[in-house]
Amino acid sequence: MNWTAIRAIYVFEMARFFRTIMQSLISPVLSTSLYFVVFGAAIGSRIDQVEGVSYGAFIVPGLIMLSVMTQAISNASFGIYFPKFIGTIYELLSAPISFLEIVMGYVGAAATKAMFIGVIILITAFFFVDIDIQHPLAMIAFLILTCLSFALFGFIIGIWAGNFEQLQLVPLLIVTPLVFLGGSFYSISMLPPVWQVISKFNPVVYLISGFRWSFFGTADVPIGISLLAIAAFTGICLAAIWWIFRTGWRIRD
Amino acid sequence: MPPILKISNLRKSYDGGFEALKGVSLEIEEGEIIALLGPNGAGKTTLISTVCGITTATAGSVTVGGHDIQTEYREARSMIGLVPQEIALEPFEKVINTVRFSRGLFGKSSKDEKLEQILRQLSLWDKKDSQIRELSGGMKRRVLIAKALAHEPRVLFLDEPTAGVDVELRKDMWDIVAGLKSDGVTIVLTTHYIEEAEAIADRIGVIAKGELLLVEDKAKLMARMGKKQLHVQLTEPIDALPASLKSEHVTLSEDGAELIYTYDTRGERTGITKLLAQVANEGLTLRDVVTRQSSLEDIFVDLVHEDKEAAA
Ligand SMILES: Nc1ncnc2c1ncn2[C@@H]1O[C@H](COP(=O)(O)OP(=O)(O)O)[C@@H](O)[C@H]1O
Ligand SMILES: [Mg+2]
Repeated sequence: MNWTAIRAIYVFEMARFFRTIMQSLISPVLSTSLYFVVFGAAIGSRIDQVEGVSYGAFIVPGLIMLSVMTQAISNASFGIYFPKFIGTIYELLSAPISFLEIVMGYVGAAATKAMFIGVIILITAFFFVDIDIQHPLAMIAFLILTCLSFALFGFIIGIWAGNFEQLQLVPLLIVTPLVFLGGSFYSISMLPPVWQVISKFNPVVYLISGFRWSFFGTADVPIGISLLAIAAFTGICLAAIWWIFRTGWRIRD
Repeated sequence: MPPILKISNLRKSYDGGFEALKGVSLEIEEGEIIALLGPNGAGKTTLISTVCGITTATAGSVTVGGHDIQTEYREARSMIGLVPQEIALEPFEKVINTVRFSRGLFGKSSKDEKLEQILRQLSLWDKKDSQIRELSGGMKRRVLIAKALAHEPRVLFLDEPTAGVDVELRKDMWDIVAGLKSDGVTIVLTTHYIEEAEAIADRIGVIAKGELLLVEDKAKLMARMGKKQLHVQLTEPIDALPASLKSEHVTLSEDGAELIYTYDTRGERTGITKLLAQVANEGLTLRDVVTRQSSLEDIFVDLVHEDKEAAA
């Protein structure tokens, strides 16, 4: 394993993040604050409590997930798409590194950035609502797993994308709806029965539910199933990446 | 000594089925500068890309320092540095960081003295903290070279290093190449400028339409294929060529003061003695005699031309 190379990629990618640290952080913090004002204060004053938790606190896990997933995807997809776009990918392809090492560098950096933003949002949330986290270790584990699996997914999108529109397409058309419909702002049990069934096909439901369980000890689906779902998603992404690199799809002519 | 780079019967077909390399074989000795000369679309970049791991070969094999580029890609690639044809750099990155990144990618720890030495060698040390986008085109090309040298490769590939570069920068580039050679780096460069191959290469390979037409020592190539011209300057201009001198090899200059005899150095006999005897027989007196070697350009045009005729 060429650890030096993995570290070189990781450091280089993190440097890009820190170069634009203000943009990187201000936008999620600002949008989270807006969500708290709109959903937590305006709507929450009418909803009162969901599953024994104040509405403002209830949406915190969903808000974190929303940002973490989109950030992990956009960082990882951009991270690998950009070298393809400007041509610097030649260097990765001609270096004595394996595809696994390339993935570890890029996905590791993207996951770290997403994690960073997730933590910042959590800290922001403490300013708006009272939360005490019941299973902090599980919370951190969920956060890390989500960052990693969605960064893997983003990496695939970055390899697949042939232009900037496609790069934005998947996050915009698939991920954002899935996250919004995945119970970020409500409990699945609040939906009519038909939609409850449909929601079971949304993988994000399991992630948000599991993450929320780590906060409040209550969940829409059993925690074991949540863990299985995220493990399965990670597995599928890993298999896809393994196939991409074996065949050189969209990377090597 | 075994060759540092051995390319055997390398073929490359792109997805559309277009065959860009049609079985290229080439051996390169350590320490030499070899120029691959060929027109645009000849397959030069494809050849380099395949050796360096950017594209995968359809058939054939390549070893670098005895290591196969497929099965022992780590060892093989560690020995190679690549300067691509197109300038590809992260615009907002600092020079020093991008060079450090390259070194890291090749698994070498960041040795600051080494980075400094490379940047100084390429006159980039003053610019080490500049962002890439602030640099001129020539400087960017130097950064590409610095990146390629960052891991101290033994073979350096330069893909058209002076395409679209002004005369002064081209001379700079030649000096850099000469400096690298004296450090013992083997250099493979591609170019479509004949003068470039002529100026800096030890050996020249001519490539056209995916085939390596020949590879030869530069001096030998010139001698073997070179046509020479003998310019016989007369003291008294003449109106027309005397009948005894008429041949397809002899022409008279416009002012009538010079006979130009073209001969092939490959031939057994150059025919110079006979020509001069005939000149004397005609009673012409000589003022001076000059010979001129034809440039690689003529050789190149001949080769590609012969190739066409053979194909027809
Ligand atoms: N990715 C590609 N897909 C299909 N054809 C290609 C690709 N890259 C190069 N070619 C074709 O292969 C031939 C050789 O190209 P190239 O190696 O770039 O030539 P050179 O570097 O000598 O100018 C050209 O006809 C070019 O159009
Ligand atoms: Mg080329």
